[in-house]
Amino acid sequence: MSFLTLDHVSHHYFSKNNYTKALNNISMSVKEGEFIALLGPSGCGKSTLLSIMAGIIRHTEGKVLLQGDEVGESELDIGYMLQQDYLFPWKTIIDNVLLGPKINRNITEELKERAIKLLREVGLNNVTLKYPNELSGGMRQRVALVRTLINDPKILLLDEPFSALDYQTKLNLEDLVSDLLKTYHKTAILVTHDIGEAIAMSDRIFMMNTNPGSIAKIYDVPLELRNEIPFLSRRHPKYQILFDKIWNELEAKESEKKAVKIPNE
Amino acid sequence: MNDRQLFESYQRGLKREKKIILVWQLTILISFFALWEAASRFYWIDPLLFSSPSRVFQLIISRFANGTIFTHIQITLFETIIGFIIGTIGGILIATMLWSSARFAKVMDPYLVVFNAMPKVALGPILIVALGPGYLSIIAMGFIISVIVTTLVVFSAFNEVDPNYEKVLRSFGATRWQCFREAIFPAAMPAMISTLKVNVGLSWVGVIVGEYLVSKQGLGYLIIYGFQVFDFTLVMASLVIIAILAAIMYKLVEKLEKWLIKNRNI
Repeated sequence: MSFLTLDHVSHHYFSKNNYTKALNNISMSVKEGEFIALLGPSGCGKSTLLSIMAGIIRHTEGKVLLQGDEVGESELDIGYMLQQDYLFPWKTIIDNVLLGPKINRNITEELKERAIKLLREVGLNNVTLKYPNELSGGMRQRVALVRTLINDPKILLLDEPFSALDYQTKLNLEDLVSDLLKTYHKTAILVTHDIGEAIAMSDRIFMMNTNPGSIAKIYDVPLELRNEIPFLSRRHPKYQILFDKIWNELEAKESEKKAVKIPNE
Repeated sequence: MNDRQLFESYQRGLKREKKIILVWQLTILISFFALWEAASRFYWIDPLLFSSPSRVFQLIISRFANGTIFTHIQITLFETIIGFIIGTIGGILIATMLWSSARFAKVMDPYLVVFNAMPKVALGPILIVALGPGYLSIIAMGFIISVIVTTLVVFSAFNEVDPNYEKVLRSFGATRWQCFREAIFPAAMPAMISTLKVNVGLSWVGVIVGEYLVSKQGLGYLIIYGFQVFDFTLVMASLVIIAILAAIMYKLVEKLEKWLIKNRNI
């Protein structure tokens, strides 16, 4: 059975004199425990799509179902991670991590212990009483990950969470996230414009078109790559094959766009 | 020179710079009073109009000695502090109301513009008619002069908070009010604190002008009274006291600012 279903979803942005169609007729279904990557150039509406899945933006047409229910009814089912950590600078790390429970008024001693355990699991010891500005970028993004996981969401939405990090930190975090998601058997959707990241981390890749955003192509990542941790999967021979295939496809799209544009100029 | 010596010579440099600045500050202060005193003694300026530091300080000392100044100080300080507090809190409350409803903010916009542009002291006579010639209208002057600026500054600070903080909270299912409490309000804290400093000065303006208009007591009253009976030593003495009190209040607010920034997660 499908875990997350998008049924002919479209979204418009309205302004005073104009409107833009950000997303056009998107349908997809995601199985439980699956890792999906949404790959596309900036401005293709992938972040909008993620916000719709999170129930933060209300789509203008279509249906989004999480286990058969419309999203937006119980937000805690969804964990959302942004490009930057957006830790609250005036809160300690533990208070940041327990933000979700605080909003829903169910902070318990048990949850506090779980928070400390999760922090340790992502390699952060003795940081609970520190403030975010005392931590490095990679550490902060890990705290943001724990803040998302503490609510035990059914599905994780990752909006380019590694894009603001340096390369080494990014590779380390990819491994960590991938490992954690497998351990807790979480479903995840990753938005990225990095082909390598999409291949190394996900099970299926949805390539998106721009103007309006729609799904252009779906790639299945070979099983050999899925079972490896991201770092090793980047060295697998099949990785390069898929990379080249996607690369060529994107290049072809680019030149197609140019070819269409020339007569207008 | 080794590391230690380099560091020590750097420290000495810092101390020297500090000393030079202090010496200059004192030089300006002393020469100002010396020049004033001399000008008055040698009739370069009319001592009847501009008094002299020696007479001003004599008056201040005698007024303190016989205790007659304390009621005036007390009253003006009380009015200023109350005006300052309700002006600041009122401004923050109005800004919160504006933030809570975009429609209300849009409706209120032209009124805020007019009210902000208007010289608030011009409302003095109306306040006196409405609230009576007493503390109430003077406090209202202190309030009215700071409340609109506070509202505008704090409201724009609320709107400038990075929307992604709200996004994080919304993804946890936070209500609009929870977003306000957890993100908008604490993030706008530095802006609110900086309005405190501005408001100290503004409430002094409001209260002194208010006292000019109606009161029978207070430092503003002493100034206007001294002016009417041609006792400019009294005018100058009141000015000196106001300058000192306002500076102390400003410094206290600065201390409060530091404390609030350090403890804003509470």
